[in-house]
Amino acid sequence: MQDYLTYSVYGSAILLMLIGLYAALVKKNLIKIVIGLSILDAGIHLLFVAVGYLNNATAPIFSETVLDKNVVMADPVPQALVLTAIVIGFGVTAVALALVVRLYRKHNTTNIDEIKNLKW
Amino acid sequence: MKKLIVITLLLILGFYLMSTFISVPFGAERIAGVKDYYLKQSPETLKVSNVVTAIVVSFRGFDTLGEVTVLFLASTALGSILYRRRTHHSGLNPQREAVVSSTLVRTGAKVLFPMIILLGAYVFVHGHLTPGGGFQGGAIIATGFLLILISYRKFFINHNVLTWVEALAGTTFVLIGIGGFIFANQNNFLENFLPEGTLNNLISGGVVGIIYIAVGFKVGAEITGILDTLLTIKEAGLNPDEN
Amino acid sequence: MGIGSIIFLIGALIFILVAAIYAVIQKDLIHAVIATSLISLALSLVFYILQAPDVALTEAAIGIALSTIIFIITIRNTKRYESE
Repeated sequence: MQDYLTYSVYGSAILLMLIGLYAALVKKNLIKIVIGLSILDAGIHLLFVAVGYLNNATAPIFSETVLDKNVVMADPVPQALVLTAIVIGFGVTAVALALVVRLYRKHNTTNIDEIKNLKW
Repeated sequence: MKKLIVITLLLILGFYLMSTFISVPFGAERIAGVKDYYLKQSPETLKVSNVVTAIVVSFRGFDTLGEVTVLFLASTALGSILYRRRTHHSGLNPQREAVVSSTLVRTGAKVLFPMIILLGAYVFVHGHLTPGGGFQGGAIIATGFLLILISYRKFFINHNVLTWVEALAGTTFVLIGIGGFIFANQNNFLENFLPEGTLNNLISGGVVGIIYIAVGFKVGAEITGILDTLLTIKEAGLNPDEN
Repeated sequence: MGIGSIIFLIGALIFILVAAIYAVIQKDLIHAVIATSLISLALSLVFYILQAPDVALTEAAIGIALSTIIFIITIRNTKRYESE
């Protein structure tokens, strides 16, 4: 049972990362590339949170009921990392999309093959 | 051909990632010293119930300061990338005013807007007790402003106010951090120098709650600024000749 | 973790993968963006099951609402369909 869960959770997180990377590497449309990068972000967040989970753990928040007993808590460090990574990811996506809009204004296309100025 | 190469490379990458992470079984108990330290110190010395908040604001507060700065840089870069000289500074574009949303949307937005702002404020004020905090509360507040922005086309956000809110919140963060140098026991940056209070009360945790409220204001102002900048380019896109 | 949570977790993970593949192969970019928003929705539920409520709240606020809306604004300013 445990092996099964290990493979399925980590496997789907890594598969999500690979799907995002595939879109970012193969697709020609600029917005599709940004979508791929945000899927890659989602996979990394899932992987980090899954590494921090412990069996029969509670959320790392103390309250009156949790305080006295000797409870197992999930690892809070990856959660704090992912919390900041999501907000940074939003900023990165916003800047990338602004660059897409700027390129569209200049070249009137979102296909990277038609933007010839990048070649030399 | 290119797709084949990419898929092969990705499969190799996936195999190595999987074989690395398989050595850390999902959910099994493992030795993690820093986790035990944080889980012990957070309720005992810092008196913060939510350990994630304690890590984000206190133990790794310097990271958060850098992160808020990155968000500020993103919002500034967005403004400079999409810069376009405005013809008038009132922010009211005739093309934008011409599109009117339906009465249902406008009335619903008017009813929902105060509640969304209240929820956001609740989330970041109680950041050290319940799940939530400055980042989540700021994002919720920005969602409320987004609702108003897309339902009332004439609504106009004053960017000077946003800049001042952001600057004041950032200054509060840094000043509290410097206060740790002067008043705290061990003279560290961002160290707690206020009385801790009792665990699970609203007024507890010393400077943690105050810093997270400042972060909430800052994140809310920054994301609202990003959304407003992106929304005002819409009418500019309608006439592509003007570059 | 109870058996109900495990079934829900596996279902949400399958949903995430299907939505990700749909988002990558779809030619209509608006549909692809809605699929990314659904990924975020299922992901925030998975975070809640994995005992990370803080992360779930952040993902819900930013991934579902704000990220989707900036993609849609960009698509309105550029082209809606992906051309080969």
